[in-house]
Amino acid sequence: MRWVYLDNAATTPLLPEVREAMLPYLKELFGNPSSLHDWGDAAREAIETARVQVAQLIGANAEEIIFTGSGTESNNFAIKGLALAQQTKGQHVVVSAIEHFSVLHSARTLEKWGFELTLVPVDKYGVVDPEAVRRSIRKDTVLVSVMHANAEVGTIAPIQEIARVTRENNVLFHTDAVAAAGTIPVDVKKLGVDALSLAGNQFYGPKGVGALWVRKGVRIMPLLDGGVQEGGRRAGTENIPAIVGLGKAAEMARVNMAARIEHLTPLRDRLLTELPGKIDHVVVTGHPQHRLPGNASFCVEFIEGESMLMLLNSKGIAVSSGSACTSRALKASHVLIAMGLPHELAQGSILFTLGIDNNYEDVDYALEVLPPIVDRLRQMSPLYAKFTKTGKGGKQHADI
Amino acid sequence: MPIYSEKVMEHFMNPRNVGEIENPDGVGEVGNPVCGDMMTFYIKVKDNHLEDVKFKTFGCGAAIAVSSMVSEMAKGKTLEEAQKITPQLVADELEGLPKNKFHCSNLGAQALNKAIKNYLRQKRKGGGKD
Repeated sequence: MRWVYLDNAATTPLLPEVREAMLPYLKELFGNPSSLHDWGDAAREAIETARVQVAQLIGANAEEIIFTGSGTESNNFAIKGLALAQQTKGQHVVVSAIEHFSVLHSARTLEKWGFELTLVPVDKYGVVDPEAVRRSIRKDTVLVSVMHANAEVGTIAPIQEIARVTRENNVLFHTDAVAAAGTIPVDVKKLGVDALSLAGNQFYGPKGVGALWVRKGVRIMPLLDGGVQEGGRRAGTENIPAIVGLGKAAEMARVNMAARIEHLTPLRDRLLTELPGKIDHVVVTGHPQHRLPGNASFCVEFIEGESMLMLLNSKGIAVSSGSACTSRALKASHVLIAMGLPHELAQGSILFTLGIDNNYEDVDYALEVLPPIVDRLRQMSPLYAKFTKTGKGGKQHADI
Repeated sequence: MPIYSEKVMEHFMNPRNVGEIENPDGVGEVGNPVCGDMMTFYIKVKDNHLEDVKFKTFGCGAAIAVSSMVSEMAKGKTLEEAQKITPQLVADELEGLPKNKFHCSNLGAQALNKAIKNYLRQKRKGGGKD
């Protein structure tokens, strides 16, 4: 059977070069970077090399990079740490409605701690309007956070325009660039943000490692107390192999980014244009132009995403879905709902995220395998039966 | 470990009794697409027995497997026996369901029960075709 991995938003595979770079730090170079002997020196040098590599990926200064245990930790650190460090100025934060749960739930935690929260809505493509951000900013607003790109629908946000608004209002701006950094060009100076999160397993690095960039001079309250690792901002002995891997992956992403985008975009576009031609009543979700090069996301009417996912898996294809049934909480994707999709349509969510190992044969295989699966599930679906009998119940999202 | 038992996977991959019955003696519909799962059961009754049971389901793998299993368990049974099929019995026959799916996906017994009640109500009204 053919095996096709189209779930790179969940995690990308580890590049062999990255793995090779990591291995010595799982073997003889096991030292603790806080130690003062040669073993410690080797580990310390490795971290500082990785810090430069990550900084170069996003146009930052190395000393502004803080290594963390994941994109989730970076987001928790940014939202809670930046808000807490400024709470004497005010206790109001603004985040978009389609943020990752590590941002949304961190903001909810701030609410429990006495902060107030405003959620900025998105349009039907999942785009945040910078003017809506402006309207949500108050005198006591201390932090705005809007994600750079949304992994579920691929939409890329107008970060520069939002940064202009936050600067005019003298409010800190964090962006969750976990889905963007290492995939599309991200330059913190051009963007004009104050803090940015990224994660290694989104660009062929290891899992369990991320970074938070915080512009020099911006105060942040540490979440972890302990030693003075990471400039006293993140205590705990560093995960050296993972940090080395993140650095190597960042370097390779920077060098190969243009070629990767050139490789992924036509594959994505083939899926985006050909799937709706092969299956009736399917809508593309996310922005038609401003979207991640590997993201092809859809909602298929009258059927449910997990069933599609499982039948695709039985044909060797790995995808994901934002349907309620696929989430542990059994709730439809908050991203799709925030974009105004009806629940029953969001239930038919299916997400293909391409990676550098994919090729046209993979895409064509998916295009060949999915239509009979959809047909089979529709033959089973009471919603489809109703639709074919009455012509009613179709919820084709207007002009998406 | 995969989230579904082998039995659930087997019924999901090869569901029994999918479809509708023309001129059914009873129809039962439960769930709604907002919460995720929706099932419609159709029954044909002869001599107080379920001569035929068919279903249509919109939902996850568990919902489809549950529908298939219920249809198989119910077919040929008397109405009274079929009404004794509970969600727990269905889950047991399927060698277990994931905890978080037990309530949302395990609507098959309820849909079947509704179809039987629908039949009995019609019969009381004199519309039954038994």
